[in-house]
Amino acid sequence: MIHWVLFLVFGAISVAGAVNLLAQRHPINSALSLIAVLASLAVEYLLLGAEFVAAVQVIVYAGAIMVLFVFTIMLLNAGEEERTRGSRVAIVFGIPGMLIASILIAWILVRYSDTGAVRVGALAGTPTAIAPLLFHDFLLPFEVTSVLILIAIMGAVVLASREPARTSAERGQG
Amino acid sequence: MSSVEAIPQTADYVRILPELVLSLFGIVVMMLEPLIDERRNQQALGTLSLIGSVAAILASLYQAAYPGFAFWNMVKVSNFSVFFHVLVTTVAAIVILTSYEYMSVERIRAGEYYSLILLGTVGMCLMSSAVELVLIFIALEISSISTYILVGFRRGEAASSESSLKYFLLGSFATAFFLYGIAIIFGASGSTNFDKISQVLSSEHVPALAYVGIALMFIGLAFKVAAAPFHIWTPDVYEGAPAPIVGFMSTAPKAAVFAVLLRILFEANAPGRMWLIWVSAALSMCLGNIAALVQTNIKRLLAYSSIAHAGYLLIAFATAPEVGISAAMFYAAAYAAMNVGAFAVVSHFANAGERYVTLDDYAGLGRRSPTLASTLTIFLLSLIGIPVTGGFFAKFYVFSAALRANLVGLTIIAIINSAIAAYYYLRIIVVMYMREEREEVPIMHIPLALGAALVISLAATIYLGILPGRLLGYAQRAATEVLPSQGASTSGTAFALPK
Repeated sequence: MIHWVLFLVFGAISVAGAVNLLAQRHPINSALSLIAVLASLAVEYLLLGAEFVAAVQVIVYAGAIMVLFVFTIMLLNAGEEERTRGSRVAIVFGIPGMLIASILIAWILVRYSDTGAVRVGALAGTPTAIAPLLFHDFLLPFEVTSVLILIAIMGAVVLASREPARTSAERGQG
Repeated sequence: MSSVEAIPQTADYVRILPELVLSLFGIVVMMLEPLIDERRNQQALGTLSLIGSVAAILASLYQAAYPGFAFWNMVKVSNFSVFFHVLVTTVAAIVILTSYEYMSVERIRAGEYYSLILLGTVGMCLMSSAVELVLIFIALEISSISTYILVGFRRGEAASSESSLKYFLLGSFATAFFLYGIAIIFGASGSTNFDKISQVLSSEHVPALAYVGIALMFIGLAFKVAAAPFHIWTPDVYEGAPAPIVGFMSTAPKAAVFAVLLRILFEANAPGRMWLIWVSAALSMCLGNIAALVQTNIKRLLAYSSIAHAGYLLIAFATAPEVGISAAMFYAAAYAAMNVGAFAVVSHFANAGERYVTLDDYAGLGRRSPTLASTLTIFLLSLIGIPVTGGFFAKFYVFSAALRANLVGLTIIAIINSAIAAYYYLRIIVVMYMREEREEVPIMHIPLALGAALVISLAATIYLGILPGRLLGYAQRAATEVLPSQGASTSGTAFALPK
């Protein structure tokens, strides 16, 4: 019973936070509502028995990544967003389309969830259960992620380097 | 099974050898860049990455002798994976050869450029051998993120940064769909491994969730191969990206994504794929070809042409698996050969700052540079699908597979589209040979590396057009490995065929 209540409360918070994220005009307000979404999702994970994922969600997403988000917004001194014509098109077509798609998926999830092989709470979510998965069964994806991160770092360097090679080479000639 | 062993064995490493070689060279190239003199580093780093990609081709061929699973059912080396490994690494090698000249003309930072190509190829290779959705997702992201960055490499051009950002935002959106699809498939089947997914999806009682999962994954992958209606990004991104990179991203990552799609739709025996494919293939062909008719920028034209080709290729996915898989594999190889070649010519001709990329600039090229013009002509004829080129047999196999699967309507649409496509490809040829030349367009001497790239892709295009048997035979052998092991393989055609 208490699970049910918690699920409903935090589910409502996360949906409301997500809607608020889109509705807010100032990036900081959007970022703060994203924290609410991420934190309430962490509670939902906890309810599913995924302790480790819940902890990671709070530490990494709601913690580290959101701090970076807020820092970036503050440093860029981003102002209020300007609404363009395109936004109105999104309201007319995008929102109804999105609603229909989500309702359809939700309906199938609710209607046919019993036939699926995975049940709520069927998977162990403790660190002890996750460790052999991460460092044995899924060792290769885990290691390959390092290539992904390396590429991302390289991309940041390439895109952020202020001086393109063109000018430095030209200076060398002249 | 190897799942008892706690530590990876030598065989495990052999089965990811090409990926290891590519990562190693990618990292070495990245580390060497600041150490080498700036004047010479372009050439040296290019050569080093070329050696790396050739070593990866050799490693893939060596690997073919050791088929099987590795890393506890994460990776499966088979003829199928070796085929795509060799295809992707060869494309990478050709693109590196093409880039030699482009890099010195555009003065692009070589270290990051080459190592991003090599590391991106790691992802594409893994996509073709992975039999686990988690690994496929990570590999797909490696290949996507490296292309997002490579697209933005023309730092001086606003168009390049714009296309990079556009590609990144839309691509991340598509990735979210793919990830959601994986999550739902996991919910429906209880596993992310193709073996188990295939068992669940082949059973009598297919969970309704699986349909949603397959549809969402298809959306994500259709975006990556630029199939309609998820193709909107293509022309803008191709226009802004460096020309050699367009040659790369329109062939290698696409081939890898098609490999994933083949696995998801055939090996996992995806239910209800017919309608998805039918609609997407028909739309891609029609929208791609019709929009290409009015293009004046050659890169945009080839972008729309690549949308159309994704449509032709998708037809193979709606056919019976026995013929469809090999037809799709052959098409991917032939398309890679001709498209990489075409973009090699375009990037050479474009000159500094990619100034000469409109159709008018190609006027009189036939007289001013007969070699370049005739090479491009052969690639364009192959893209049309004229006999004696790879493009002909690629289309022939796909269309005959479609007819055998009773997809008459789709085949008619495809043939009409091929006729429409002939118009805009021939228009380039007509402009090159029959219009008055424009003096201000400089024709540069063809450097050795570019010449080698052109010769390789030309040889591959013509070889596939004259002797397609060997590659097709190999693809057919590889196809049998992708089919689900049970006798359930025919169930794919049991769905209602739209007429």
